[in-house]
Amino acid sequence: MGVELTTTRIEDAAKWAKQSLVERGSNWGRKFSLFTYPFVTACCGMEFMSVAGPKYDIARFGAEFPRFSPRQSDLLMVVGTITEKQGPALKRVFDQMAEPKWVIAFGVCASTGGFYQNYSAMPGCDQVIPVDVYIPGCPPRPEQVLDALILLMDRIQHGRGHSQLRTKREELIAAAPEE
Amino acid sequence: MAQKVLDALTATHGHAVERTESTYGDEIAWIKRDQLVAVAQWLRDDPAMAFDSPVFVTCIDRLDWQPIGVPPSEGWNESKPRFEVVYQLRSSVHRTRIRLKIAVTEQDPRVPSLAEIWPAFNWQERETFDMYGVRFDGHPDLRRIYMYEEFVGYPLRKDYPKEKRQPLVRRDDLPINPIKRENP
Repeated sequence: MGVELTTTRIEDAAKWAKQSLVERGSNWGRKFSLFTYPFVTACCGMEFMSVAGPKYDIARFGAEFPRFSPRQSDLLMVVGTITEKQGPALKRVFDQMAEPKWVIAFGVCASTGGFYQNYSAMPGCDQVIPVDVYIPGCPPRPEQVLDALILLMDRIQHGRGHSQLRTKREELIAAAPEE
Repeated sequence: MAQKVLDALTATHGHAVERTESTYGDEIAWIKRDQLVAVAQWLRDDPAMAFDSPVFVTCIDRLDWQPIGVPPSEGWNESKPRFEVVYQLRSSVHRTRIRLKIAVTEQDPRVPSLAEIWPAFNWQERETFDMYGVRFDGHPDLRRIYMYEEFVGYPLRKDYPKEKRQPLVRRDDLPINPIKRENP
């Protein structure tokens, strides 16, 4: 087929072989053209700017282009503390994104609420939207963000992102014979 | 420094002042609730006072207040008013400061609003209402300012459970009502 197969793990090779060529190609395209929607609410935004800036340069991984419209983006980065009051806005932004879409929770506040264990802060944005990759740290180092992005790209390639799995599940349910 | 302000206040509005005190260089006047607007009007308009700068409004919840080293009889108990509403004022003309305090009970947490006298107190009184549930009579627009309208209770009151969340929205596979936890 002319497709280079470089992996050291047998399971990865099996997954690779199971995918159709179209899926393989489309996922390859998706993982290198992530359009980011930065949902920046707090101080982690500084670290996000550092990742987007030239020193760490998230553009090396094809995710350099922040789109400030959820309809034009496929990677939602939740950067910073989410309050209960912001929950409906976050859910609305996520619902407006086109499939397939992925979510990264950037920092402990977006992942678990961090040290804001009180009446107003949401204990992690996964209370409202499904999250693919969590990045710990307060704030995380830029290297951690790049590591998470590489992890997410790996998942996208193998079709293991949350929205991809949901689409597959819905297709299987639709294709199953009715009992 | 501003002791002369307290003296002038006591001299002109003696019937409105319950008592005065000074702590850490700040002069405090405890004002009767029904006289607050008159005192505030005088503090703003009198040229010898000229308190033109409203600094903040807040509230103190004295529920179960028991400082270290103070006998229990001087701490808070049921017979004392639970809330203290605090108005901090500053005069940029005379460079003086004064703090007005009004004691209100839990059963009747009402204070006359000063938003008409100092418009900068508008949002601060809304915040105090939002966090402590103190009603400001005569406020032009007394709504919650930080929390959402669906929120029940007042989060900075000492008897509000610290981690009690009231979610607006949850994922489809999660319950909207949080798991009930035993609160110590």
